[in-house]
Amino acid sequence: MKQRKPEFIRGARANVPVAASAMAYGSVLGVLASQKGLSWLDMMYMNTAVFAGAAQFVMVDMWSNHMPIFEMTLAVLVINLRYLLIGASLDPLFSGKRLLHKIGMMHLVADENWAVTMSEQRRGSASTWFLFGGGVFLYMAWSSGTLIGLLGGGFITKPEDYALDFAFTAVFTALAVGVWRGKSDVIPWVAAGGAALLTHHFLPGKWYIVAGGLAGALSAMIGPCETEVEGEVKGEENAAGY
Amino acid sequence: MQPAIETQVVIAVALAAAVTYSLRLGGLLLASRFPRSGRFRRGMDALPGALLFSLVLPSIVAEGAWGLVAAAVTALVVLRSRNTLAAMLCGMLVIFLARRFS
Repeated sequence: MKQRKPEFIRGARANVPVAASAMAYGSVLGVLASQKGLSWLDMMYMNTAVFAGAAQFVMVDMWSNHMPIFEMTLAVLVINLRYLLIGASLDPLFSGKRLLHKIGMMHLVADENWAVTMSEQRRGSASTWFLFGGGVFLYMAWSSGTLIGLLGGGFITKPEDYALDFAFTAVFTALAVGVWRGKSDVIPWVAAGGAALLTHHFLPGKWYIVAGGLAGALSAMIGPCETEVEGEVKGEENAAGY
Repeated sequence: MQPAIETQVVIAVALAAAVTYSLRLGGLLLASRFPRSGRFRRGMDALPGALLFSLVLPSIVAEGAWGLVAAAVTALVVLRSRNTLAAMLCGMLVIFLARRFS
């Protein structure tokens, strides 16, 4: 508990690289939003209330004089389904925390600070304040990026010329490398990658993230594990439990 | 001029926010009711990597051969230097050069 402040600052610092990339594609969103006629207040309201990059891109895309409220809500639901899994994966980090703590901390959980926290946890030293510090820092970077794009009005007319659209992919590739656990990840990652590619090919939207995540988790559940004996024993315990 | 937010915008964004927050908190609260050992635990442990890999793989593949090169460079730099920002910039540089000169 006394570690709050140092952990918060450590989390913010660890998120500098992802915040830089969030600012880059945030500015792209800002440019798109200015073309749709959003005011800075609309933008900040959305940044603060929703705080989810991919969903905000789709919302701005659907933005019009007559808002398609139902379709928009449904689209956001589908795109953000992965947060169900992201939230679930944070359970070990939050174990033993009070409900109020969980309620307060979960809003500022985005792909970026979640991934940084997971990567840090693999090295054995993440905390909820680390996650939250990253979230606050990311929120500031994301907000400035979107506002720069919105108010700067098209100073980057073709972001793809500068590979800015690849910033997201590059930074998350680096983070994926950070959570790689070695041999035990081979099967889940192959399953996840295969499912993601297939789903991406056949279904619109962001279903591929959910499909890949579930395929990876399921293959780890049904596949054989490294420590065969321990796994068997635990499996039996579990079976007995049901 | 002080911009005001239209009512329909207030509603649309509030609904999107409610959905997103429910998923975030819902995932966390549901997971604490799941078993903490055995097969289920193994699945949950594999989840972060599987999610991250699924998040990036289609966009890497969509970029073609240079996408794979960029991803490999990014991975190498982060493994060597532990510096995510440098890794990101190197990956972007590969794509930048590939788009400019090919």
